[in-house]
Amino acid sequence: MDFLVFQYPMITIQACLDGLLLGILFALIAYGMALQWGVMNIINIAQGDLVILGGYIAYFMYLYGIHPAWGVIVSPIIMYFVGIAIYKLVINKVVDRDLFISILATFGISILFMQLMNFAFGADVVLANSGYGTTMLFDNNVVLPNSKIFSAFISIVFAICLVVYMKRSKLGRAIRATAQNARAAKILGVDTEKVYAATFGINAALCGVAGALISITFTIHPYMGLPYTIRSFMIVIVAGLGNLPGVAMSGMGLGIFEEFADYILGTEFRIGSVFLLLVLILVYRRFKLSRKREYLK
Amino acid sequence: MNKNSWILYIGILVFGLIAPFIFPAFKVQLSILCVLIVLATTWNIQGGEMGYNTFGNILFYGLGMYLCASVQVGMFFPLAEWTESGGEKTFVHTPSQFFQGMAAGLIVAAVVPTIVAGLIGYAILGLRGHYFAICTLGLGVAAGEISGGIEIIGAGQGFTTPPFPNIGGLEARGEFFYFLSFGALVLTFIAVRAIYTTRFRLILNAIRDNEDKAEAMGIETMKYKITGWMISAFFCGLAGGIMGGLVGYIDSTDVAFDGREMGVFMVLMAILGGKGTLWGPIIGATLFHFFKEGFWTFFLGWQYVALGVLIVVIVIYFPEGLMGWLREKYPERFGEVVDEADRKAQVELK
Repeated sequence: MDFLVFQYPMITIQACLDGLLLGILFALIAYGMALQWGVMNIINIAQGDLVILGGYIAYFMYLYGIHPAWGVIVSPIIMYFVGIAIYKLVINKVVDRDLFISILATFGISILFMQLMNFAFGADVVLANSGYGTTMLFDNNVVLPNSKIFSAFISIVFAICLVVYMKRSKLGRAIRATAQNARAAKILGVDTEKVYAATFGINAALCGVAGALISITFTIHPYMGLPYTIRSFMIVIVAGLGNLPGVAMSGMGLGIFEEFADYILGTEFRIGSVFLLLVLILVYRRFKLSRKREYLK
Repeated sequence: MNKNSWILYIGILVFGLIAPFIFPAFKVQLSILCVLIVLATTWNIQGGEMGYNTFGNILFYGLGMYLCASVQVGMFFPLAEWTESGGEKTFVHTPSQFFQGMAAGLIVAAVVPTIVAGLIGYAILGLRGHYFAICTLGLGVAAGEISGGIEIIGAGQGFTTPPFPNIGGLEARGEFFYFLSFGALVLTFIAVRAIYTTRFRLILNAIRDNEDKAEAMGIETMKYKITGWMISAFFCGLAGGIMGGLVGYIDSTDVAFDGREMGVFMVLMAILGGKGTLWGPIIGATLFHFFKEGFWTFFLGWQYVALGVLIVVIVIYFPEGLMGWLREKYPERFGEVVDEADRKAQVELK
């Protein structure tokens, strides 16, 4: 237990800023999850593993001497095709089935990816060094790595691009129509199969961007996927499907929560507190909903 | 119960009792198989009968594992120093201490998870569908992460369970744990079979088929859901306690709260065999254990990759499991009356 955080206001500011920048990244992953959940009604447990895979793409560019920031461009392109491949092989067989089937199937994909990455890239914690330096604020009391600011900026840019794309483009309209009513969209000539594949591909591409940014700012490891899945799931249920400002807000809130949990409880309880928060949120939601159900009875 | 099934049960019982002497090299494997069957059968109470697909039974399993070992050590020696020494033989259990500790440990390992299930049941079991699945997944992982940070039970470096005492040069470790796990299996089977013949099973099935309607029919669904979960927790805790002693080493995320392995295995075993049947999880667990050992032997290094593929294939192509497939093929055998013309029409449609 470390209560330093209450004695020095600078640490509070540090934690808040770190949390905000981190939360924007989480919100980007959660946006992808909300997209595919809304359109295909699938909860993808392998979301976090797609993120990590995207991170490894940027890391490999770094190893071969290319600046890892270019991973932000390359990784989503590769991940888009990975996403399409996953959709064609597995997801299209579970789309209309029971939700638990899709959870279990993507759990299988998650285990598969985890192990393949473990073989291909080794079990070391790695980091692609961007060499961006740091920014000092408040008389050098608050230290912000520039890479974090860069990643938050890029996340916002990608999120805005995607929102505009969804609003304006033909595919975006088809995706939104399918999300509203898949059968009606099919009747009106939307190729839902293609829309689903594209949605999953876009989701994977978003994961790729987020992964590349995570490999620059934080560290990546083959087994670190599941916490990202849980975080994005949590953000989506707090914000609700299709509520974009809500996703951004709850993402930042989660980021700040994590930083404070890190300071107060200690780093070893960080992931544990995230999972516990998920349980608490779901339980809170259950009591709130059950109160609503009362007058139905 | 007819005569044939009695012969079957007695045959299996006799086989179970003499198995460690016929296959002395596979004692540990057979013990693990017993534990896996217990886990699959108890998962089936939730996932198969009640329709609540949980990933969280691993919580009770891990809890039982830690509790059994802690009680076994803590009854006679200071627990903190035991974990501190990390398996160094500074403290040695005498045989009577070992068995007393094991007995007390198993009782605690079974009872405490039951109470925990009762306490959290009201909050957790109110969730429906995939929210329940993800919530229980989170619960299992959270328990693993948190127990990995607690010093007294070994934190990240693990917890060595007391080694089996040496009784006059007799090597009985394998037999002891085999009969312990086989006993747990028999106990579970009797309990589950007894439950499945009562109204309780019908209520669970009603909850699975339509919970709101079941509630409207005047069934206090929450009460039955919690009871079902407590029964599962009891046997999961027991299985965990035995498994802890069998493995001899407890690690928070790799052995006890291993949501990535055991937590998925129990779901998979029940689905492979066919959920919602008495024999399905048992057959599924046996098959799965063969698969798993095969993978671990022939694809060493690639076993998890093979496992991931297996999960995807089973879930996509055999969601009804072996028993479900048999049921579709030979419905008469399952006491279902089939109209011959209707069946032919169905086949033609396919």
